[in-house]
Amino acid sequence: MKPEIVGDVSSLPDAAFSHRSLIWWGVLGFILIEGTAFLLAGGSYFFLMNHTTPWPPHRVPPDLLIGSAFTALVIASELPNVWTDRVAHAERLLPTRIGLGIMTLIGLALLVLRWYEFQALNVGWDDNAYGSIVWALLALHTVHLLTDWVDTLVLTVFAFMHDLKRTHYSDVTDNCLYWHFVALAWLPIYALLYWVPRMLK
Amino acid sequence: MSAVLPREPGAAEIAALDAQLERTWGTGRGLWERLSTVDHKIVGRRYVITGFVFFVLAGVLALMMRTQLMQPDSELIGPDRYNQIFTMHGTTMMFLFAVPIMEAMAVYLVPLMCGTRNISFPRLNAYSYWVYLFGGIMIWVAFLLNVGPETGWFSYVPLAGPEFSPGKRTDFWAQMITFTEVAALAVAVELVATIMKQRAPGMTLSRMPLFLWSMLVTSLMIIIAMPAVMLASSFLISDRLVGTHFFNPVEGGDALLWQHLFWFFGHPEVYIIFLPALGMVSSIVTTFSRRTIFAYTLMVLALLATGVLAFGLWVHHMFATGLPRLGSSFYTAASMMIAIPSGLQIFGWIATLWDGKPRFKSPLLFVIGFIVIFVLGGLTGVMLAAVPLDLQAHDTYFVVAHFHYVLIGGAVFPLFGAFYYWFPKFTGRLLSERLGRWNFWLFFIGFNVTFFPMHILGLAGMPRRVYTYPAGLGWESLNRLSSIGALLIGVSVLLFIINVVRSLRAGDVAGDNPWEASTLEWATSSPPPPYNFMHVPVVTGREALWVPGPRQVMEGLSPSHREVLCTTVLTAEPDLRQPSAMPSSWPLWAALTTALWFIGSIFDARAVIWGSIPVAICLIGWLWPTHPEPFRERGLA
Amino acid sequence: MSAHPSTWQRACSAIALTVLVVGCSGRQAALDPAGDQAATIEILWTLMLWMCGFMYLLVLIFLGHALWRARHVLSSEPVPHGAQRPAERPLRMALAGWFGLIVGGLIVLSLGSFFIDRSLANARLDNAIKIKITAAQWWWKVEYLGETPAQRVATANELRLPVGRPALLELQAEDVIHSFWIPNLGGKQDLIPGRINSLLLTPRREGEYRGQCAEFCGLQHAKMALDATVVGERDFAAWRQQQLLPAHAPSTPEQLRGHEIFMSGPCASCHQIVGTPAAGQNGPNLTHLASRRTIAAGARPYSFEALRDWLRDPHTIKPGNHMPQVQLSNSDLHALTSYLDSLK
Repeated sequence: MKPEIVGDVSSLPDAAFSHRSLIWWGVLGFILIEGTAFLLAGGSYFFLMNHTTPWPPHRVPPDLLIGSAFTALVIASELPNVWTDRVAHAERLLPTRIGLGIMTLIGLALLVLRWYEFQALNVGWDDNAYGSIVWALLALHTVHLLTDWVDTLVLTVFAFMHDLKRTHYSDVTDNCLYWHFVALAWLPIYALLYWVPRMLK
Repeated sequence: MSAVLPREPGAAEIAALDAQLERTWGTGRGLWERLSTVDHKIVGRRYVITGFVFFVLAGVLALMMRTQLMQPDSELIGPDRYNQIFTMHGTTMMFLFAVPIMEAMAVYLVPLMCGTRNISFPRLNAYSYWVYLFGGIMIWVAFLLNVGPETGWFSYVPLAGPEFSPGKRTDFWAQMITFTEVAALAVAVELVATIMKQRAPGMTLSRMPLFLWSMLVTSLMIIIAMPAVMLASSFLISDRLVGTHFFNPVEGGDALLWQHLFWFFGHPEVYIIFLPALGMVSSIVTTFSRRTIFAYTLMVLALLATGVLAFGLWVHHMFATGLPRLGSSFYTAASMMIAIPSGLQIFGWIATLWDGKPRFKSPLLFVIGFIVIFVLGGLTGVMLAAVPLDLQAHDTYFVVAHFHYVLIGGAVFPLFGAFYYWFPKFTGRLLSERLGRWNFWLFFIGFNVTFFPMHILGLAGMPRRVYTYPAGLGWESLNRLSSIGALLIGVSVLLFIINVVRSLRAGDVAGDNPWEASTLEWATSSPPPPYNFMHVPVVTGREALWVPGPRQVMEGLSPSHREVLCTTVLTAEPDLRQPSAMPSSWPLWAALTTALWFIGSIFDARAVIWGSIPVAICLIGWLWPTHPEPFRERGLA
Repeated sequence: MSAHPSTWQRACSAIALTVLVVGCSGRQAALDPAGDQAATIEILWTLMLWMCGFMYLLVLIFLGHALWRARHVLSSEPVPHGAQRPAERPLRMALAGWFGLIVGGLIVLSLGSFFIDRSLANARLDNAIKIKITAAQWWWKVEYLGETPAQRVATANELRLPVGRPALLELQAEDVIHSFWIPNLGGKQDLIPGRINSLLLTPRREGEYRGQCAEFCGLQHAKMALDATVVGERDFAAWRQQQLLPAHAPSTPEQLRGHEIFMSGPCASCHQIVGTPAAGQNGPNLTHLASRRTIAAGARPYSFEALRDWLRDPHTIKPGNHMPQVQLSNSDLHALTSYLDSLK
């Protein structure tokens, strides 16, 4: 049967933002996967907590100062993140470059803080189940922090090397979405690791 | 240059367009080109064939088990080897065959059924296949070297922990999980994106074929379920390799944490295997009844309900562990409830057949086999949902019978039906109907002879996972019968392979649409050209190709650049010309470095850190933003 | 139709008979209840079988009818989509009826399950015997708790129960997860390291039954069975008194020699024989070994020969189990066997 051409799509754009672009759906899928992993790891935390009194067994929770400093910086980072998202949507080159640069530096600072956070957990991963799940939760989040930082770094380098097209601005906004996830997912984990043991006392 | 629409393209225009599209989308014949292809059809075919190979390997293991169990007190296979065999049988069937092959069929069919040119993330797709292949090879090499896992496909702790399962055996198993889950999750994300954004103009959600609905729900289930098993297997590896205590009761861990995490994945897993099969059944029933599915909306709701309910049942695998009674009752009710959507779907298919004009070709035979076998399995599932009855039947051959009825009946029979149905589309040739009938009947009879006696054996006291059993308990004759049935199944599968090999060479030429089906994959040649569709198909009804009148299409996608059309999610209106990935060897390099990373981590914990660097390099190379050529304004020629 | 049954008919009857015999009787059979719990569960099984069987029959009838109707189909044009099919309304009504039937059936079955479960949970416990069972790879440690510590009876791989009295089993595991199951008496329950589970069994019929581990626990999971014997109250009391006695002293020179071999060899470091210096706890208590029905957790029926084969090399009977082979000369082997055979 011969086809009958009833439409012409050639005037459609070749790049778009947010849910109109395929990559966004990929990022969303990834966020769903990792979000589920966080939820289950949190559930495991509670499951193990019901078995062990006191919690932590040696009564010393992770140091509050470094964890809270990390959390404060993560929350603060949402400001330049939202700003970068906005300027990338507006396809403004210089502000996007600046925004990406700021996010790269903040990411680096967070990684450094995270390094010290690991030292201040006051328990080894092989001490007991409490130690294992605490290290697991922190490690899980760190993996995302790290991958998001590398992603941001790559985009920053590219942005400084090239003139950006809409498809690249869309990649930047997708990265901002992922950053939202990394930042927001931290908050309940922070509560679990630092505050739940203190509230149990 | 925009012509006046609507118009019919001329023969010369079509020929020129075909040549251009072949150049843009084709895969060359050289080895390197074949290794770097991102064509979903080539990757999908590889995936299907590899999955089928694992099916045959796992089937051979089953034949070995059945041979051992023919006699009581058999000394044919020793306990260690037998325990490896049953572990590898279950592991291969569940992780290397059942889920991957369903995803593989979807990788091939979904873009075609959507009317698009390629899957949403073509390079990720290629990566997924390589990762799956390497994981499967790893565990089979381990098995053949006598260091295969031997603690069962669900590997309970503490048996699978560092104290009672020394050596690397369980580590290979746990890491194989990582390989296959990464591969499955990647495909799941691709399918969601493809189904949501790449449907043909006019294919609104209510016009979507049920196969696409089932793949959408399946993919969402994979996304929510698989993180659980990845977490569990990571906890297990770390308990074994770096001394964590997730599952060690002495240091505050809990053996049941494993079971909860595993079964939170494990129960949805069987529906992940089952739902694509339901989509296949709907496609076959529609085509061979020559009637649209009865109560379409209800069928969609049943799929959604099954997908959601499947997550609330997992505790029914743990009824014998001493959980509180009230909690268990909840899971009984939930486990029974899931029979409702399944029961409605069974009605729907039979009603379609009843009110349609059935043609009894091989695909439909397998669907009828599915109904007869799966429903029986579903009913024994309802029995097992009741805690008191489960406490007798759990971990016996009754359960083995149940899950083979639902898995083989519910997934493998539809899969074989799907093979007979879509083989012409994949290859351009029809499978032999005569051999198909023999294939079906041998499989159907062999299956029932193998597995029905197991219901009785279980209630007669025979536990599962036993390498032998004593004489004098009355189990001999039924075991022998079951083993004869297994042989029949083996012959049936052999017949299928013969059918495939002969038909590839000398089968009847199929043409575009030999079954006169209604979905979009039949609107192009068999096999499809590399670019799938010359023009973008437009859909104006639920059964796209059964709508009378000329076939409406749209033009305007570039013939010289790889582009796919994205449409809006709800109303399927054309929205975007999305560039589609060019062939690339990054997926293969990334998969190789991933395999080195995962396998290295089994032997040395530091490889977790160092092994990630080559992977990161490959991913950066792969994902480096392209510096696009200016996408010129439109014009076809 | 000839007067003699055809081969086909004979085969079918043979299969049906096998099914009935194998399925409905036996000493490790769930559908041959010899206790309250198994009998209660059998009621649920019967309800399920009939209701599920009925539903299955309905599905097959509907399917059969649909296929039978297909014989009369004439044209091959596809059924027009969207057109109102005359059969649409009756089919929708049938669907609604089917839905109602499924929901109704599931409600009945859920309630049935719930009430049976409750009845099991509320079973009477008065005058229950308390027994502690500890599972290890691949044997069962059985301790009758008794009123006082002096009344404690320790045995292995066997359970002797008085008919009509509830037995409350406390279940623990030493190494990996096992599952305790005596199908004739009741459902199973897992034994999980780090947890204490419990199981109530109330036997009603005297006889010899067999239990088996029902959770894969490693290499010799297949040979981790248990003898369960239900006897009258008086026989049980007699047995218990006998079990409380220390082991028989050796009464022949050969038994004495065997006794020496046991005490001076590695045997005593794993096994306990009450009344002798042997007090090992790693393996089964052997004080009254010769009074048991089987050896090696059900691997072989008890006999002098079986015991001797086991002692010569345990791995010929149960390869890979945790008892090491101890090299003994033939005469030493005979002596050791004689000694253990005297431990009635």
